[in-house]
Amino acid sequence: MSTFAIYLHQLSRIWAIAKKNIRIYYAKGPVVIFGVLLPVFLFLSFIIGRQLSASVMVPGLLGMAIFFTANAISPAVAPWETQARTLERLMSSPVTIPTIVLGDILASFIFGVAISLVPLAIGLALGVSIAAPFVLALAIILAAICFSSLGLMFSALPTSQPSNVMMLSSVIKFPLVFISGVFIPLNELPAWGQAISYISPLTYFVDISRHLMQGAGQLPILLDFMLLLAFTLLFTSLAIVLHQRTMPRRI
Amino acid sequence: MPATQSPGDIIVQVNNLTKSYGKFRAVDSISFEVRTGEVFGFLGPNGAGKTTTARILTGVLKADAGSALIFGYPAGSIRAKQSIGVVPETANPYADLSAWDNMMLMAELYGVSGHTARERATEFLRELGLLERRQTLAKGYSKGMRQRLVLGMALIGDPQILFLDEPTSGLDVQSARLLRGLLRTFNDEGKTIFITTHDMEEANQLCNRIAIISHGKIAAIDAPEKIKLATKNLHSVEVSFDRPVEAASVASLKGVNSMKEAGDKFKLYTTDPGSLASLLVHYAESNSLRIVTINTLAPSLEDAFVTLVGEGAK
Repeated sequence: MSTFAIYLHQLSRIWAIAKKNIRIYYAKGPVVIFGVLLPVFLFLSFIIGRQLSASVMVPGLLGMAIFFTANAISPAVAPWETQARTLERLMSSPVTIPTIVLGDILASFIFGVAISLVPLAIGLALGVSIAAPFVLALAIILAAICFSSLGLMFSALPTSQPSNVMMLSSVIKFPLVFISGVFIPLNELPAWGQAISYISPLTYFVDISRHLMQGAGQLPILLDFMLLLAFTLLFTSLAIVLHQRTMPRRI
Repeated sequence: MPATQSPGDIIVQVNNLTKSYGKFRAVDSISFEVRTGEVFGFLGPNGAGKTTTARILTGVLKADAGSALIFGYPAGSIRAKQSIGVVPETANPYADLSAWDNMMLMAELYGVSGHTARERATEFLRELGLLERRQTLAKGYSKGMRQRLVLGMALIGDPQILFLDEPTSGLDVQSARLLRGLLRTFNDEGKTIFITTHDMEEANQLCNRIAIISHGKIAAIDAPEKIKLATKNLHSVEVSFDRPVEAASVASLKGVNSMKEAGDKFKLYTTDPGSLASLLVHYAESNSLRIVTINTLAPSLEDAFVTLVGEGAK
């Protein structure tokens, strides 16, 4: 078997691992309902009573939905597999650790994109128009990969207790939402607030959404894309490197 | 896939393999080889390094030093993993998938095409007695059924060598017998088995060669019968007479190295059980005794194991 064929086969195995994750961890009624309800209710609690137009609200809601759903389950998959004693079997099959990590990211990505259709449908129903739907689709895809990879970075903590990872993940996720222009557009933040917001990848996705739905954003849209891509590459690489270090320690 | 192997070709080549956890050296520079068609047993007490060695060979752990090759490929490489089937210690199938879906998942991970996967899954599940319940979620299975399913999952990639880590540990008698029967069938097809076990009798019955590992080092490596022969002092003659006899007079017979009294019997340890049996017949005649029973006993694998590894290490 040539080296090229080996890498080609790993692609189909990434898909096999993603399908397994979707069936076991994602395609469950409570998970889907939680995935939809959490961002919607969290968002509603912040906008009720404020006079905001749909085109101002929906970019934030869409950002929240992708951010929370794309890394809702992925941090817990590795601890669950450790606890259920299924990981050693998976690791001894002809797959690499990057294949396992990319399979986990792919499942999480699919879940994130699927759930993002809900706020998008809400936005369209409220009369929000999207300037360039394909550009928004590209942003959703990139953001879902980025946030899924962030979730996988959390799951590199070599524990068999999902609660440990979820606590770490929540401690980082919630503050990020508040500094990403979800509830308050970036141009309404003070200078120091704007400076902090640039450390969050969610900022750039929300800014792209505002460009396409409100007609104006804080940064040039191309720069938003480049920075979102940079975060995606950084998180995916880190997730792979961290799991390569810690996965054997789970066994 | 590996090139065609002939019986006797080396499949697994391990040289000076070493693995430590902090200051604890779990595997200490061990070397051995496994040949095509063998059932190779790894026998040792808890913490001896059996599972660590198995995990390095199956690509789950990386060694600190030394090398392990499978079909000439480094253990843990995709090429090596593609040729092996693995039944890890205390591994489970996915509880939320049916037996059938667990088999199909493994087929996908081993790159087995759909039609072949379905054929193999049907065949193996039938042999494992799980075909009728193939659509039941694995969480509804007993421990024995789960372990059978894990074996089926290991076989679906059509491996040339199977690695099994304590496969029958804690299983009911029926499941353990079924599993051993399947392993023999697998071996009869000319395929190779690497098995770690605590069970002396299992090692004795299944294995062509055994490595006894203790404190991370290999204490002995040979065929079970040769390992037993190596412990010559453990040959014994068990004898009982029709009336009580003074123990010291029996113990003083030529060739007796040591003696144990067990009920109405004497167990006499010797390097030459044949000569001692003749002497005992003469002893009985000259003392007007009648021999009720006399048996010569070869050392058991358990005797050899305890001698090699140390008392209390079993």
